[in-house]
Amino acid sequence: MTRQKRSRHRLKRTVAPYLYLSPSLVIIGLLMLLPMVAVISYSFQNSAVLRRDPSFAGLKHYQAIFADPVFWASLWHTLYFTCMSVIFHMTIGMIFALMLNSDRINPTLRNILRVLYILPWLFTAVIIAVIWRLLLEPNGVVNSILMQLGIIGSKIEWFSSPETALHAVTFANIWAGYPLFMVSLLAGLQGIPKDFYEAADIDGAKAYQKLIFITIPQLMPIIISISLLDFIWTMQVFPLIWITTGGGPIYSTEVLSTYTYKLAFSSYNLSQASASAVVILLISLGLTLFYIRYQKAR
Amino acid sequence: MRKRHTTKDRLITVALHVALAAGLFFAAFPIYWMLTSSFKSNTEIFALPPTILPKAFTLEAYAAILGDPVKLRFFFNSYFVAFAVTVLTVLIALLAAYGFSRFNFRGKGSLNTLIISTQTIPPITLLIPFFGLVVSYRIFDTYTALILTYLVFTLPYAILLMTGYLNTLPRDLDEAVAVDGGTSWTALWRVIVPISLPGIVATSVYTFLLCWNEFLFALTLTKSTSMRTVPIGIQLLMGQHAFEWNQMMAMSVLGSLPLLLIYLIAQRFFLAGMTAGSVK
Repeated sequence: MTRQKRSRHRLKRTVAPYLYLSPSLVIIGLLMLLPMVAVISYSFQNSAVLRRDPSFAGLKHYQAIFADPVFWASLWHTLYFTCMSVIFHMTIGMIFALMLNSDRINPTLRNILRVLYILPWLFTAVIIAVIWRLLLEPNGVVNSILMQLGIIGSKIEWFSSPETALHAVTFANIWAGYPLFMVSLLAGLQGIPKDFYEAADIDGAKAYQKLIFITIPQLMPIIISISLLDFIWTMQVFPLIWITTGGGPIYSTEVLSTYTYKLAFSSYNLSQASASAVVILLISLGLTLFYIRYQKAR
Repeated sequence: MRKRHTTKDRLITVALHVALAAGLFFAAFPIYWMLTSSFKSNTEIFALPPTILPKAFTLEAYAAILGDPVKLRFFFNSYFVAFAVTVLTVLIALLAAYGFSRFNFRGKGSLNTLIISTQTIPPITLLIPFFGLVVSYRIFDTYTALILTYLVFTLPYAILLMTGYLNTLPRDLDEAVAVDGGTSWTALWRVIVPISLPGIVATSVYTFLLCWNEFLFALTLTKSTSMRTVPIGIQLLMGQHAFEWNQMMAMSVLGSLPLLLIYLIAQRFFLAGMTAGSVK
């Protein structure tokens, strides 16, 4: 290659990556970063979106939200829903992964069960919501089984009584989400070197000691990163709650996303909804920073 | 190595199988119930005691769904939008992934972090500005609105998945093209794309799945019944008929079919997408 050719080649190498990335960056810039700026500015305007010349509102909408008891209730429900979901996703995922990984079951059975245990994951949130509404109908199969077993005395309206609704939606979400943990932990289990266990066997370690001192520490990076992602995603859940309870009865299952949605599209208070959306964004961003830092430290 | 066949050992094995059966009941019963209910009549669904297998097996719920052009339209819309977004996403993500995987450039690290962090942006946060934009550009209640907004959520995942895949391919291949005087563009299409098919399939599957499951934007950015997708259709069905549960279950079965089929046929690609980004 001549020198001229080489320098042209080098120029191409410098410009090329930006060209390849440009379609993606344009889309992310215009349809993600710009809207984020927009929603933040809406939250400081009066009658945002609805009027062409909205006036500056200062922190008014944030104050309105923080003064609203329903907002705090939603925040609490979101926390309860999310924490319980993540804890049980992790526990159930771990138990299933350990069971499937055991050398006490035959390989064919293992493969069949693995496919069946993943099933809940393959269903859309809306469909999960509809399935659980059918199961938990007052005249539905869950009540009739529980009554036959003598566990409950009378029919329970799982989704429409304020005492049980939040637990019921959380349960449905636990059912829907554990396979992510199961699949990831199963992959992790297969990556733990066999000689760790052989060495422990020589030292006469018991099964639970191997679990506590080898398996769990080895899986810790996966547990932490999946928990963080699961927490961020569960916090944003909308369709499951929207279809099962719609946030009711009497706000007993209202979470931040349904609260925000209702502000925006039932009361058309888009400014206040934007303020609430920004609060959700800030919580998510905080957790995301934590997640990214964790991933980089690994 | 285990000690062989002591009583305790056998007990543990039995206990494990009991636990596995309990787990199976927990995981699969709701789905079993959905499936069998879709073949029952609406009265049999609430029969006491519950019937484990449909006593009077009927396809009436499926006939009602498949014979109704309004409901078929939901399916068409879902397939159409999901296919369109998948094609666009894979093309755009492939280019970006190629840039990330094969070049070193200024700002690479921060752009990568940007893309990772966009994965976790709450959809509800973008919904309000999207609504404003969609209305002011007069694309409310159109396919364009859905396709553009879905693209924002599928792209980051697709880029990460594709970059991960391209990073596993040896660089000598495209360098060989460069030695022959070819540009990076030629290398991409002649060499990289043909051997990236597994990665492209995994990315497509995952993108399709994200679109198929989307609810919030479809709910807010469309309005007329003819523009609704399957998830919204199921919700509408719930409001309209006074709880035709068998039809709702039939529609749910039909609405789950594409993902179930993809999963059964291409399990490997499916899981690759589902766990992408979380396990490295």
